[in-house]
Amino acid sequence: MNAPVDPKKLIKGGLHDWEVVIGMEIHAQVTSKAKLFSGASTAFGGEPNDHVSLVDAAMPGMLPVINQECVAQAVRTGLGLKAKINLRSVFDRKNYFYPDLPQGYQISQYKDPIVGEGEVLVDMLDGTSFTVGIERLHLEQDAGKSLHDQDPTRSFVDLNRSGVALMEIVSRPDLRSSEEAKAYVTKLRTILRYLGTCDGDMEKGSLRADVNVSVRRPGEPLGTRCEIKNVNSIRFIGQAIETEARRQIAILEDGGKIDQETRLFDPGKGETRSMRSKEEAHDYRYFPDPDLLPLEFDQAFVDSLAEGLPELPDAKKARFVKDFGLSPYDAGVLVAERASADYYEAVAKGRDGKAAANWVINELFGRLNKEGLGIEETPVSADQLGTIVDLIGEGVISGKIAKDLFEIVWAEGGDPRAVVEARGMKQVTDTGAIEAAVDDIIAKNPDKVAQAKEKPTLLGWFVGQTMKATGGKANPAAVNALLKAKLGIE
Amino acid sequence: MSVDEKTVRRIAHLARIAVTDEEVGPLGAELNTILAFVEQLGMVDVSGVEPMTSVLPMAMKKREDAVTDGGRADAVVANAPETEDNYFLVPKVVE
Amino acid sequence: MDAPPAHRDLRRVSSPNELTLADARDALKAKTLSARELTQAHLDAMAKARSLNAYLLETPERALAMADKADSKIAAGEARPLEGIPLGIKDLFCTDGVETTAGSKILKGFEPHYESAVSANLWRDGAVMLGKLNLDEFAMGSSNETSAFGNVISPWRRKGSEAPLVPGGSSGGSAAAVAARLCLGATATDTGGSIRQPAAFTGTVGIKPTYGRCSRWGTVAFASSLDQAGPIARTVRDCAILLTSMSGPDPRDTTCADLAVPDFETSVGRGVKGLTIGIPKEYRVDGMPAEIQKLWDEGAAWLKAAGATIKEISLPHTSYALPAYYIVAPAEASSNLARYDGVRYGLRVPGKDIAGMYENTRAAGFGREVKRRIMIGTYVLSAGYYDAYYVRAQKIRTLIKRDFEAAYADGVDAILTPATPSAAFGIGEKANADPVEMYLNDVFTVTVNMAGLPGIAVPAGFDSQGLPLGLQLIGRPFDEETLFAAAQVIEDSAGRTVLPAAWWA
Ligand SMILES: [Mg+2]
Ligand SMILES: [Zn+2]
Repeated sequence: MNAPVDPKKLIKGGLHDWEVVIGMEIHAQVTSKAKLFSGASTAFGGEPNDHVSLVDAAMPGMLPVINQECVAQAVRTGLGLKAKINLRSVFDRKNYFYPDLPQGYQISQYKDPIVGEGEVLVDMLDGTSFTVGIERLHLEQDAGKSLHDQDPTRSFVDLNRSGVALMEIVSRPDLRSSEEAKAYVTKLRTILRYLGTCDGDMEKGSLRADVNVSVRRPGEPLGTRCEIKNVNSIRFIGQAIETEARRQIAILEDGGKIDQETRLFDPGKGETRSMRSKEEAHDYRYFPDPDLLPLEFDQAFVDSLAEGLPELPDAKKARFVKDFGLSPYDAGVLVAERASADYYEAVAKGRDGKAAANWVINELFGRLNKEGLGIEETPVSADQLGTIVDLIGEGVISGKIAKDLFEIVWAEGGDPRAVVEARGMKQVTDTGAIEAAVDDIIAKNPDKVAQAKEKPTLLGWFVGQTMKATGGKANPAAVNALLKAKLGIE
Repeated sequence: MSVDEKTVRRIAHLARIAVTDEEVGPLGAELNTILAFVEQLGMVDVSGVEPMTSVLPMAMKKREDAVTDGGRADAVVANAPETEDNYFLVPKVVE
Repeated sequence: MDAPPAHRDLRRVSSPNELTLADARDALKAKTLSARELTQAHLDAMAKARSLNAYLLETPERALAMADKADSKIAAGEARPLEGIPLGIKDLFCTDGVETTAGSKILKGFEPHYESAVSANLWRDGAVMLGKLNLDEFAMGSSNETSAFGNVISPWRRKGSEAPLVPGGSSGGSAAAVAARLCLGATATDTGGSIRQPAAFTGTVGIKPTYGRCSRWGTVAFASSLDQAGPIARTVRDCAILLTSMSGPDPRDTTCADLAVPDFETSVGRGVKGLTIGIPKEYRVDGMPAEIQKLWDEGAAWLKAAGATIKEISLPHTSYALPAYYIVAPAEASSNLARYDGVRYGLRVPGKDIAGMYENTRAAGFGREVKRRIMIGTYVLSAGYYDAYYVRAQKIRTLIKRDFEAAYADGVDAILTPATPSAAFGIGEKANADPVEMYLNDVFTVTVNMAGLPGIAVPAGFDSQGLPLGLQLIGRPFDEETLFAAAQVIEDSAGRTVLPAAWWA
């Protein structure tokens, strides 16, 4: 349990060093067409109360019927988290009054969730990795939305989101820094997106985090935690943790005590603040929902879903390292999105995997980032990029020309081979032409030629001049060999 | 177990039912009568007994993942005490 | 053209609303009676019986329109099983475009945009809606005295007395309307006895089918794991006909069984020869009136005479059913009734903030008994008490169910018990009683709900004051057919109850 504390992760207080301990509850919207217990659409947006069935509005006598795809999605997610799948789980009612909670209770899973313990392997930028324990995953209903700024005395209630299926994924308090927390959410999001069980769109609220933060002196027992509700971006998760940890440290170093409470992160003010309104008299009176029978399925159902699972990022990464000889770091970058990994594989197929990775990561991703585009929007197809890699490998173009070619294909499209042909971009391997250029440069620079005998590094200058004279098309190997011979450099 | 006035008020608030001072006493007495009546359940040996979750054994029915409902905001808000543009209106909620 | 020959049953009755449902059906089919005449006769009777307060809402235009449609169907030779049969609907069933209140102020004015599964099944089969029937508020009560819209007055009176009596509850409007011939049959619901107890109090027949036989979709929920719809009618056969139409699978209710519905009417004359009827000794409660014991013995003798074997059995956890029920039912109700919050429908009473609005709305909208049960339910589910009360009660439910399973495994086909511990009482007579005393009304019926079993109440005799008394038969899960067969034997042996003359009209 007590892994040695990494001093780099500690936060320096005024008096002591502090360790921050973080656990997370992620609410991930299940990818499905219809809601968890009704036939209304889950589509984002919509006119007020348009994606609402009489069940979602809790009309008298309306009853929930579970969406089997939401069950399958939860099981797939559980499998992706290497978690225990519970063949029997129970839906409970969590009772409280709130205007966007039409039934007066949320249908959730309290004692017997559909998915039990699992784990997520998280990679850090420095190449290290660690495991975060998953405590459970359960299915539950989302609430509706209250708008508070439409009117001075009224709140407006829209139930379009009411009843949308959520997976609440609860981690163990295994995270020790905001960086780790961000990396965990990033990785979890990657897994969900691979599985196709949640689109991970944090801007649309498809993924929200409740972050439990406490601090302690290294080696001491866990401190009192505060829960920061509904943080909706990975950047804010980091900021919220830093802010909250410092708040708690300041209190403790002042001799104060942390109150266990629910807090809200205000990114504008850069502070967390207490949500006292939600704190009052919490007694959810959980009990099994008598409108629903226990959720039961057999192992064969789980097995059939397991068979249909895609290759997940960890497995893919390992395969890329093994089959393509990539560094773990590069492989990690490539598998971060399923679409990127697929793109890379298409480029690498039948080619040099490392060269392909260089081109995908450095040129393509670099350019996409600059333009703010996703891999799905790339103007350069895997086929086109593959051909560029081929042209380099075949010695038809130099690496430098290849970058120009990439720019042309990016901007104008077209078959790279044809572009090279049409624009005369082939590299010159004809030694006669290269020799003429070399001779001309030697003739014009006798002083440099003289120096070169003592200072062989001047070779680079001659290479540069030759490449310039040949419009960059000279085969660099041929240029090198010729110059060495003519300048008498060993 | 018996409930005192404070408990009656707490339960009433949890259930979101306003109670007047005059109601608290009699309500507490009634609740205590009922609780005294159910007290006899304590005599039953229930060790090893599963609590009933469904009265008859059957598999839970499930729905296909298809959009079969919605698009009737008018009907959804038709009976609401206060609405605007198909939103339900409530006294302002302070978060 | 000569008038068609009067149907034989029409000669015996003064007005078509006095017919049994089966006889009316046959008369309609024989075209000796039109659906419009039959409906009009009921509307007329209802107009004269408003002092009974059985109907909360009459829907005459709708009734006559449905009757006319039925007549054209009959004329076209396309009559459906309940074509033209006028029925009353307990106001717990949501009816499309027709106010549905559950007997509560909190739902006053609520007009659903949907039709309950049970009532929709009846309209599918050609029945005619006369109106919405009074009930205890949210079906919580055993005397119909908790309705926000006034008591229902039983059509029965004690010999030589004009004191108004309760019709029982919660389906008091249904039972009174059937007994007073204000409909041929009625829908009802039963959570702890709310079909069988009022049926017994009014000399009518009522069956609570197996939990899951009827869909709960569109019926205002009281306690989800116990609520079950069923019919009240004047004969066993009429109940069988109605239940056949009301029940059936529904993909919208997860707890509704995917079982084909037999034609229950075919089991009515089947008899009990070769069946074993259990007599549970634990139902012989302390202080049981001698006339109830006598009725029970008589019932057993009739079944025996008809060829059944009578066997004493033991259902050891019987006495715990009622206290366990008063944990489970209020707990579920406290949650089911949370949706009545003044936001989306029904009453809203302003408050200083949102919580104040909730509290004022619910304080003003719910009656005393409903509030009491919500409070108890909230208490038993609250932190620290959940295991001691709710979980324990659900464990006891398992034990109660096992008792029945053991009896059935031992060869018992059905169980005979009294339906109620007494005949109907006077309105207000128990006003000063503590709540538990009122709850004891359901002592014989509640076990059946706790175990999800079917139970039927059938009139079997009268008490010394001339009030009807009923017996209850409890069956195996989804074996309502045996109940209809056995109940018919009792009905035949006891003689069909002669209902009171219309003193109210
Ligand atoms: Mg949470
Ligand atoms: Zn949650």
